Amino acid sequence: MGHMQTLSRRAFVVGSAAIAGGIAFGAYASAEAATSASDNPLAAGLGANSVTFNPWVEISPDKITLIAQHADIGQGVGSVQPIMIAEEMDLDPGQFEIRFAAPSPAYFNTGFADEFAPFVAADQSPAAEEARAKTLEWLRESGLQMTGGSSTIPDTYQKLRVAGAIARETLKAAAAKRSGVAVADLRTQSGHVILPNGSKIAYVALAAEASKIPPVLDAQPRDPSKWRMLGKPMMRLDVRSKVMGELKFGIDMKTEGMLYASVKLNPNKGQPLKSYDASKAQSMPGVRKILEIKNGVAVIATNSWYAMKAVDAIACEWAPSAYPAEQADHWKVLESSFKPEFLGKEWRKIGDIEAGLKTGKLVEAEYRAPYVGHQPLEPLNGIGLVTDKGMEIWVGHQSPRFVQWVAATAIGLKPEQITFHNQWTGGSFGHRLEYENVRVLAEIANQMKGTPIKLVFSREEDFLQDIPRQIAIARHRGSVDKSRIVAADLQLASTTPLKGLLERSGTPSKDPDGQLAAGLWNVYYDIPNFRATSYEAQGLSPSTTWRSVGASTSGFFTESFIDELIHAAGLDPMKARIAMCTVPHYRKVLETVAEMSDWKGPLGNGRGRGVAFVESFGTPTAEVVEVTATDRGIRIDKVWVAADVGKVVDPVNFESQVQGGVVWGLGHAINCELTYAKGAVQQTNYNHHEAMRIYQCPVIEVRGLENDPKVRGIGEPPVPPAAPALANAIFAATGKRIREMPFNKFIDFV
Amino acid sequence: MIELTVNGIKRQVDVVPEMPLLWVLRDELGITSAKYGCGVAQCGACTVHIDGMAVRSCQSHIGEVAGKSVVTLEGLDNKDHHPVLQAWIEHQVPQCGYCQTGQIMQAISLLGLIPEPNDEQINQVMSGNLCRCGTYPRIRAAIHAAAKKKMAEK
Repeated sequence: MGHMQTLSRRAFVVGSAAIAGGIAFGAYASAEAATSASDNPLAAGLGANSVTFNPWVEISPDKITLIAQHADIGQGVGSVQPIMIAEEMDLDPGQFEIRFAAPSPAYFNTGFADEFAPFVAADQSPAAEEARAKTLEWLRESGLQMTGGSSTIPDTYQKLRVAGAIARETLKAAAAKRSGVAVADLRTQSGHVILPNGSKIAYVALAAEASKIPPVLDAQPRDPSKWRMLGKPMMRLDVRSKVMGELKFGIDMKTEGMLYASVKLNPNKGQPLKSYDASKAQSMPGVRKILEIKNGVAVIATNSWYAMKAVDAIACEWAPSAYPAEQADHWKVLESSFKPEFLGKEWRKIGDIEAGLKTGKLVEAEYRAPYVGHQPLEPLNGIGLVTDKGMEIWVGHQSPRFVQWVAATAIGLKPEQITFHNQWTGGSFGHRLEYENVRVLAEIANQMKGTPIKLVFSREEDFLQDIPRQIAIARHRGSVDKSRIVAADLQLASTTPLKGLLERSGTPSKDPDGQLAAGLWNVYYDIPNFRATSYEAQGLSPSTTWRSVGASTSGFFTESFIDELIHAAGLDPMKARIAMCTVPHYRKVLETVAEMSDWKGPLGNGRGRGVAFVESFGTPTAEVVEVTATDRGIRIDKVWVAADVGKVVDPVNFESQVQGGVVWGLGHAINCELTYAKGAVQQTNYNHHEAMRIYQCPVIEVRGLENDPKVRGIGEPPVPPAAPALANAIFAATGKRIREMPFNKFIDFV
Repeated sequence: MIELTVNGIKRQVDVVPEMPLLWVLRDELGITSAKYGCGVAQCGACTVHIDGMAVRSCQSHIGEVAGKSVVTLEGLDNKDHHPVLQAWIEHQVPQCGYCQTGQIMQAISLLGLIPEPNDEQINQVMSGNLCRCGTYPRIRAAIHAAAKKKMAEK
């Protein structure tokens, strides 16, 4: 498979030394880039008298279909992406159908260019932009089709509006040809081309003619001041069907003649089954078949519950784990990883760190963050059918092309023999970037050739197989002198989420894991002596991307430590951050949250406020958390959030994503960890790994800013500042500094 | 054969009596608004009404439901103008939406018991319904709005 080789051959992070000149930066913002992606995958399935202008728009005589390029994992892709096209096409909600993108390199993710290029987001120098352009070319070549990195909007903001504009102008050209009226005299409204005499031609009636003329490739998207829907409060297209219980998630799908499967897999992740005894399960109700698969057993039954009950009754002997069986030993490995042989990378060095640390008062602190689960409420599932021709698979997933590769590899097929249908998902948070269900479903369906199989993981199995968020320890040192921070030496030892994911996707990388720099090196304070270094712990549990990835742990470490330095210098946490912030429009984010919360220093009476500021995925985000220390524990009263995304495209959903990110960040920081015992995680349902319930949820006030020169994402950036803002607030209220998640090990919460 | 009434229609299913109502609804009857989330009454995604009370259908054995009247979100009276559903839409509560059918069935039950709940009462009754996307602020707002709407209709 071509793209896999391309991915492996190329360094994942483009080194600045490798950058050659001559690449015009911002190329991906052009109309050409939106349409010059390889062949249009919609062309192959096009019916008679139909037209497709680009990989996102298809018009047949009876309907208009718009392609949602990304997977919908609750972030609103299935609404905002089609609406960006519809805005330019002058279509109204209800006038088009939505389909999720099929696997194709045409849907490569341009939004990763900024995250993968080795420059901090605020650096928009020509060298940084050149590196990003180079990374973009690599993404185009590799055809990396993936949902993630808060790229819903950044990837598609330009290309979908251009795609819509091309469709609009080509339809006008077709109408001009038919009517003899000049294009300049035509306009479009509500799915029709309008002639000067007021008569209308429906787009669907123009499909055949539009297919016979060249698309108008130089069409330009409109200025945002002309928007009808975008940038204004609008109704998400999926809200009604979700409220009415009509929307079908992957787990709700059914096909003719389908049987149901459930699995028990080796909880020592990545290890095989040694032996099993299914004598009890065989005679249980509804059981049709018991199968052995590579790392476990599967039961085929007449419904999901029969399958789950029977698989539960199978006794298995497992091969032991390759990582330490007990949690305490995971921590020991991390503790001994701060050594040159485990060096990931020294990401950034400013000034003379050793001299700086010897100036003034030295502050040292160690922080910890545990493994955490994703556990979206819809468990892993999928439907698979293997025939002599190949495999068809219905599963909600963030990486369609990798699904093809994983399924094909599991059963000896070629990726192009896997037909993938993406599904609406009940959340992901990074879970649906991994492949447990895909690999296992392929194996089962292959043994049940000709019968469609619906696989549903039990919640317990989902917990046991959930590849967790990275575990990490930070050892930070710094110094303060004469009311200012003189030095900060940030050192991190962590497992490697991105490297792990890439390896399991069939594209291993030898480069340092770039996510270990997130929240560690992109610190925008005026600290004259600064160093950020990552160490990559070896031999621990596999780990993977979890909402906000590296910044979810390093954001907590860095912004807690900065707070400690600020307090050591005797400064106000908000005023000091504003004064130290080196990027003017990032400073504005801090000033905004200070104004929103009416920050005036200590509150007293057992109340406290903390602030934290983290840029992740290019979006600077500042949060203030207010708590009260009650006799029943800490109560989180209120959170204020300001974030700068360049352009707030979907304001209602923007607020939802920010609130959800804060709830995610706070809930897991307070309540959640996964721990290993005998090679398996000990937490197997929500009562062990609860995160936030409504009774702990504070009021969350949100403001979006639009000063950044680029359009940025919002799915993940609200997560990293939540934990440190809370820890800083607890310190302000109680004097107790919490340096390890989950916080409820050290302090009670109401 | 076990007989029960679902959304006003008499249904018969041929399953063991220990089978949870949730899986009977989903896999035997093709009614999918009740969701599987945890299987142990920790998440509330499977919430339906039995004889007017909100229950976790993952914990209700079908043998015990026999002869009773089950209502899922699909079978709510006045569905297109239901004040709770309307409030949920107006406040754009769902993100992924997977837990929301359960949240709504619980909220309807709450408003049946307490017509105008305050935040404290909402927290108490709704805390058994987990939302991983973090829609809680909008759930609170939608319940208040639905309460107002219901009172105005009276």
